[in-house]
Amino acid sequence: MTNLGGSKMSQHKQIRIALNNCGVIDPENIKEYIARDGYMALGKCLTEMKPEDIIREIKDSGLRGRGGGGFPAGLKWEIACKNKADQKYVVCNADEGDPGAFMDRSILEGDPHAVLEAMAICGYSMGATKGLIYIRAEYPLAIERLKIAIEQAREFGLLGKNLFGTDFEFDIEIRYGAGAFVCGEETALIHSMEGLRGEPTIKPPYPAESGYFGKPTNVNNVETYANVPIILRKGANWFNKIGTEKSKGTKVFALAGKIKNVGLVEVPMGTTLREVIYEIGGVIENDKKFKTVQTGGPSGGCLTEKHLDTPIDFDNLVQAGSMMGSGGMIVMDEDNCMVSVAKFYLEFTVEESCGKCSPCRIGNKRLYELLDRITQGKGEMEDLKRLRNMSNVIKDTSLCGLGQTSPNPVLSTLDNFYDEYVAHVVDKKCIAGQCKDLMTYFIIEENCVGCTACARVCPVGAITGEKKEVHYINPEICIKCGACEERCKFDAIIVK
Amino acid sequence: MANTVKINIDGIDVSIEAGKTVLDAAKKLNIHIPTLCYHEDLCVAGNCRVCVVEQEGVKNLVASCAMPAQDGMVIHTNTHKVRNARRHVIELLLSEHNADCTKCYKNTRCELQDLAGEMVINEHMFLDLVPDKNYTIDNLSPAIIKDDSKCIRCQRCVRTCDELQHVSALGVAYKGEHMKISTFFENPMYEVVCTNCGQCVIRCPTGALVEKNYLDNVWDAIYDEDKHVIVQTAPATRIALGEDLGMEAGSIVTGKMAAALRRLGFDSVLDTDFTADLTIMEEGTELLTRLKRALVDKDPTVKLPMTTSCSPGWIKFIEHMYPEYLENVSTCKSPQQMFGALAKTYYAQKRGIDPSKIVSVSIMPCTAKKFEANRPEMRDSGYQDVDMGLTTRELAVMIKQAGIDFKELPDEKFDSLMGKSSGAAVIFGATGGVMEAALRTAYEIVTGREVPFKNLNITPVRGMEGVKEAAVKIENVLPAWSFLEGVELKTVVAHGLTNANKVMQAVKNGTADWHFIEIMACPGGCLGGGGQPIPTTPEIRKKRAEAIYREDEGMAIRKSHENPEIKQIYEEFLEEPLSHKSHWLLHTHYQARKRE
Repeated sequence: MTNLGGSKMSQHKQIRIALNNCGVIDPENIKEYIARDGYMALGKCLTEMKPEDIIREIKDSGLRGRGGGGFPAGLKWEIACKNKADQKYVVCNADEGDPGAFMDRSILEGDPHAVLEAMAICGYSMGATKGLIYIRAEYPLAIERLKIAIEQAREFGLLGKNLFGTDFEFDIEIRYGAGAFVCGEETALIHSMEGLRGEPTIKPPYPAESGYFGKPTNVNNVETYANVPIILRKGANWFNKIGTEKSKGTKVFALAGKIKNVGLVEVPMGTTLREVIYEIGGVIENDKKFKTVQTGGPSGGCLTEKHLDTPIDFDNLVQAGSMMGSGGMIVMDEDNCMVSVAKFYLEFTVEESCGKCSPCRIGNKRLYELLDRITQGKGEMEDLKRLRNMSNVIKDTSLCGLGQTSPNPVLSTLDNFYDEYVAHVVDKKCIAGQCKDLMTYFIIEENCVGCTACARVCPVGAITGEKKEVHYINPEICIKCGACEERCKFDAIIVK
Repeated sequence: MANTVKINIDGIDVSIEAGKTVLDAAKKLNIHIPTLCYHEDLCVAGNCRVCVVEQEGVKNLVASCAMPAQDGMVIHTNTHKVRNARRHVIELLLSEHNADCTKCYKNTRCELQDLAGEMVINEHMFLDLVPDKNYTIDNLSPAIIKDDSKCIRCQRCVRTCDELQHVSALGVAYKGEHMKISTFFENPMYEVVCTNCGQCVIRCPTGALVEKNYLDNVWDAIYDEDKHVIVQTAPATRIALGEDLGMEAGSIVTGKMAAALRRLGFDSVLDTDFTADLTIMEEGTELLTRLKRALVDKDPTVKLPMTTSCSPGWIKFIEHMYPEYLENVSTCKSPQQMFGALAKTYYAQKRGIDPSKIVSVSIMPCTAKKFEANRPEMRDSGYQDVDMGLTTRELAVMIKQAGIDFKELPDEKFDSLMGKSSGAAVIFGATGGVMEAALRTAYEIVTGREVPFKNLNITPVRGMEGVKEAAVKIENVLPAWSFLEGVELKTVVAHGLTNANKVMQAVKNGTADWHFIEIMACPGGCLGGGGQPIPTTPEIRKKRAEAIYREDEGMAIRKSHENPEIKQIYEEFLEEPLSHKSHWLLHTHYQARKRE
């Protein structure tokens, strides 16, 4: 069953809405979902509510898209509802692609019916009879459970024709993605489902006007849908009391990095980063010093000590130079080199850019090269200006959300850890000791007893010295593997 | 009544039809916004990001080519942010572009080079990555060279091949920095469905897709005193060549072209228009014969509708896409190849020249003609019938290389023997032209009267409509053609292979009852061919078409069968249309090919 952070993780501060049933019910048994008020919202909608009532309720709830953009869900439904067409589609974006993020997978594995129910409600409110779930093929268990759930819902008459004795019909199909990160972008996702190359296209037109095969299409992600049934059961006023002024409800985060408790957490919007990291995540491992928390996935940013008391919501995170994204949260300590961190994320976006528009395809690669140069000690101060300027151009000119956010790790580390960049460029030093090219291994003469252990373990023969004499590391030969440091029992080897 | 919207660009208000873009609005104000991936013939891709502008109230820059103008928009096209962004984008494109400009075939004719010049990019801010990349240069095709090191991935070619030509020989493969324009399984262009039409070549902003040029081969032949070098010029070259030599689109340069060719050193300057007229005689007779076999003999094996065969791009298309209809294609060779076959037989005999010493060069608006000249089917004279096919652009290069002041050249005439032609031949260069020329002759042969259209202008088959249908009622026929009395001859004309595909689909579905189909692979017909001057836009195609019809109206002879040299060749050599000799030299059959 789903990893919800282990028993040690504090349930204090958490509210479970999207994860309400996860780990509680047997996801392969529809009766257990129904027993916990499942499909009541759909029944209520079909028998008691008009489409516009539902849309108003969702709008009033303040629910915003949990996939990254934070677009108001009710408004999206309303636009799709107003566009007239002979066929419309409800699409669930289950192409969760951020490295280390698994909120959507957990929901689909733990509570698949919540998503199916929400999609049917969405279909009724916008006038669509077909639902499509776009899910990456790397999620076999989620797919299996979805298939079972769809089958059971059909058996129980909760998908198909004449739902709840009304004229309304709705059915859902699964579409598989091959795991391209960019297919999480809604236009690319739609093209991929159409059998085309998963490339974003220019908006407008938005999918709500012209989406899947040119028909009005509503695309929301898994977590967004998972909030819908409970909102309609408990009412917009219940939901919008949770959270901050502009961001309502809760958000699921995948907490990871240098903390004691890792896993999924669901907290109300407005919880501070400090509360999540220290009270839920527990303190930093090995009592190292907290350095930064990276939020928002590969296109997010790195926030520092000074941001820790920021209440988490869509707008605050953007203002701080990061973003909510789909909910990745990685805590780092003093051993993390921020230039390397930026480089790491860039490597991901370079790989995952579809290659369609030039700033994203070439610009991110050029950013990566600049960062690479800096971590090798070959950077110049001019490169820091180039990094910033290029990053801004990529953000300003890229075609889709991927390129428009991909330089965030660079910009936020430049903003918050400029000194570290300067140290790499001017002093040729990596403070965190992560950039191999900038490190030198030394033997402290006073501590060396001449035991020869280091020389024997060195794989490249860089260490010379007679028995019981002080040893010496030849920097020309040394490959900085660190084996000698590990072997030395006298703390005679240090890295500078 | 279209709605209009009002927007403000650089402080100036402008009203524009709803649905038009910011770029369109800027054009209306004569504000130049640079573009690369944008092309008037194609759908908007918005992927190069060179045309970005600043919109008040919007955080990011917007691509003006893709952004619909909306009421109240305030746009700035020349701000610090815009300039900085455009410059960076160009620098980025250059960083993965093989910018060895002096060695590039498109040097001085490259849109990227122009933009880099405009932005004054002196030194590269970024590393030059080209040497690290394992770029492929595919020069195996006799027609088109694809050089990935020059490609900026704007996808104009991909959209052309898909939207305009329904071929999709070119597509996008891989992602991120490895994304590239590729053929099926990265096979050479020569081995895939590519029709060699060259529409991608005239839209490629850089030197990534160019024609294979034969300039040196032609110069070598000219300088070789042992060789007798003859040249033929296609109908559509004479109304477009001037564009590459500093003249307005739509300039008619027939006389100057003949003069220039003579000065370049060709031993005989002849005209493909002559064999265009000959094509009408052969193809018209073939059509009438097929109709007779169908209507009188009730022969179930006769294939109708019959399609034209002048366009080598179309031939390759049907070989790949509709091989089951190859027998519907007229057996006539294209005018280029009829000319080639006659040059090394009829012409050689009449002039008393050893055909092995003849080098036969063609000037064509076309890249597919290069492929056609190299076809194994095209060696009926005992030699390769056409040795080298050049594009209109290559001829312009030769004229510049020779230091000829083209604009000041006097008008000269073609040499005789395969140099005379009719107005019917000139209009081969425009979509509908072959149909019109065929009708002018066939109607007269059958009825003894001119076609019932004012000034012989069969307007229903003219113009830029993608698929044009026309029906001609045949009445009061001559006794020999009595089986055609009262028959309504149904014809259809299509240009651009997407339109050709529509026509063929209708044929395949049995929803069409046409007798005769004219298809030209390129939009607008040969005047918009892949070998024509760059740029070729809808506006330019229109001007070239007007020039063609002007040229036709100005000709003394406007019907193929009245061309005296045509009468002469039948009397002295071919005997009659579809004779044994003409079957040997002027007709052929094509081959089915795989669709991959």
